[in-house]
Amino acid sequence: MGERIDVRYVAKLARIELTDDEVVRFGAQLGALLEHVNALGELDVASVPATAQVVESRNVARDDEPRPSLDREIVLDEAPHRQGAFVRVPKILVE
Amino acid sequence: MSELVERGAAEIARDVNAKRVSAREIADAALARADAVDERVGAYLRVLYDIARETATRVDERVARGEKLPLAGVPFAVKDNMCLNGTRTTCASRILERWTAPYTATAVQRMLDAGCVPIGKSNLDEFAMGSSCENSALGVTRNPYDLGRVPGGSSGGSAAAVAAREAAIGMGSDTGGSIREPAAFCNLVGLKPTYGRVSRYGLIAFASSLDQIGPLARSVEDAALAYDAMAGHDPMDSTSIASEVEPTATALRNDLRGLRIGIVREFPLDPLGAEMKSAYEQAYRDLEALGASLVEVCLPTAEYGLATYYLIAPAECSANLARFDGVRYGSNVDAGDVGTMYERTRAAGFGPEVKRRILIGTYALSSGYYDAYYVRAQKARTLVARDFAKAFTSCDLIASPATSCPPFALGAKSDPYSMYLMDYYTIPMSLAGVPALSVPCGWAREGGRTLPLGLQLVAPHFAEALLLGAAHAYEGATKHAGTYAPSLVAASGVES
Repeated sequence: MGERIDVRYVAKLARIELTDDEVVRFGAQLGALLEHVNALGELDVASVPATAQVVESRNVARDDEPRPSLDREIVLDEAPHRQGAFVRVPKILVE
Repeated sequence: MSELVERGAAEIARDVNAKRVSAREIADAALARADAVDERVGAYLRVLYDIARETATRVDERVARGEKLPLAGVPFAVKDNMCLNGTRTTCASRILERWTAPYTATAVQRMLDAGCVPIGKSNLDEFAMGSSCENSALGVTRNPYDLGRVPGGSSGGSAAAVAAREAAIGMGSDTGGSIREPAAFCNLVGLKPTYGRVSRYGLIAFASSLDQIGPLARSVEDAALAYDAMAGHDPMDSTSIASEVEPTATALRNDLRGLRIGIVREFPLDPLGAEMKSAYEQAYRDLEALGASLVEVCLPTAEYGLATYYLIAPAECSANLARFDGVRYGSNVDAGDVGTMYERTRAAGFGPEVKRRILIGTYALSSGYYDAYYVRAQKARTLVARDFAKAFTSCDLIASPATSCPPFALGAKSDPYSMYLMDYYTIPMSLAGVPALSVPCGWAREGGRTLPLGLQLVAPHFAEALLLGAAHAYEGATKHAGTYAPSLVAASGVES
């Protein structure tokens, strides 16, 4: 703990383009937040299990049977760039 | 103002079922009220005129056929992170500004099945991230008790709508306090049910291990009726609890005899200032006067709740919001390659608070930091949950303040961390998944205005009937909510 955030690197992981201004501002704000969350270092959690769920539940599976789904036309119409029955995206392989 | 808009859900349902008034008349009165005041309040992002009138007409037809509906004709506000088929659902975000939901959220559908009539989609902090509604990218919502102040958040639009009599019930979602804090700020009852008790299908996810839908209302009975309608198992939400829901509206009580109510040692009242301190001391005495015995309980990890939450919630948010990539739905910024398209779409589509949380969450989950931050927070969460389990061996309910201050002025909290502190009293309950509510408990005077305060009551998992029952007794004995009506007037002489 106690590290400074490399905001540009984290933003790259999060797929968000940041302005130079945002890098400075978010860097300071997130650094301040980390100062506060570092208080968790005071807790002795060596023998404590991580929370997986807060109320009892178990894996849920349903029978693999076909059933009605959302209307394909309505769903495809929400895509910013649609081409027939497809969603169109920019090229994904860059030379 | 029509007298009809003053009516609560229980009274409306009784009268609509008895055909003394039609759902259509109630809906028209709520729409007219929204027309008259929402320009000032800003509770709704969209008023659903046609849908409200059509739905009300269908409710009247169902009643005419002899159906008895638990919420017949009750006008309600739907937080705009919940889907209603065929209508826009924006999360108050640019990235979903033009998105139309292709299905209806289960909890919303259950309210419709019970006879409710949707009046509008209500404002929120973008993707429910915030405590004042000021993080909305699409509009400003003001507190009906003082238009210069915030309504709380993130369910601030639903709270303002109910307080301003533009709806009888508001649907909210609570991740770290987003129902309870706006309820406290707007003089309402707001319930965050046990995690998993209300289906989250059709609620656009923020932090999936914490998000829970619940009602805001002007009385405990109305909140109970709404909770009874929306709660229950849903095969479309794999975290939804299968066990039967204990009805709450039939379990309302008028005293607290035999109940032990825990007062939290780690939540001293002195830091709240003299006026709030005396309000909460009076509230605790009122609980005692109703027959409860007060006992001291310890939540030693509660002070770490905020730090725990601000790692876990952003971590989950960074994963959930990865789906907004400009490909299948939402806004899009064109670019020559797909990576740049993602980055520019998300840069333009998300506001600053959402970006901050995605960044902190991405960092906490990134290689090299995962164990130090995310795993440690999940372990701290276990300790918080154990605190509650232990406390509930010596008490039946816990009482505490809902917020650390009365509603604050718009723009007063510019530093993100000072806003995060708003959730101090509500976050530990969210981490533990226990049900909790805020009920009006008095008033604070600030800047010449009288501002509402909320008492938080907390119960063990699945004890909503006990929780609402006790709140009903407290409400009946104190009647704080009715002391002052919302003024719908701005402070400092500004006419709005």
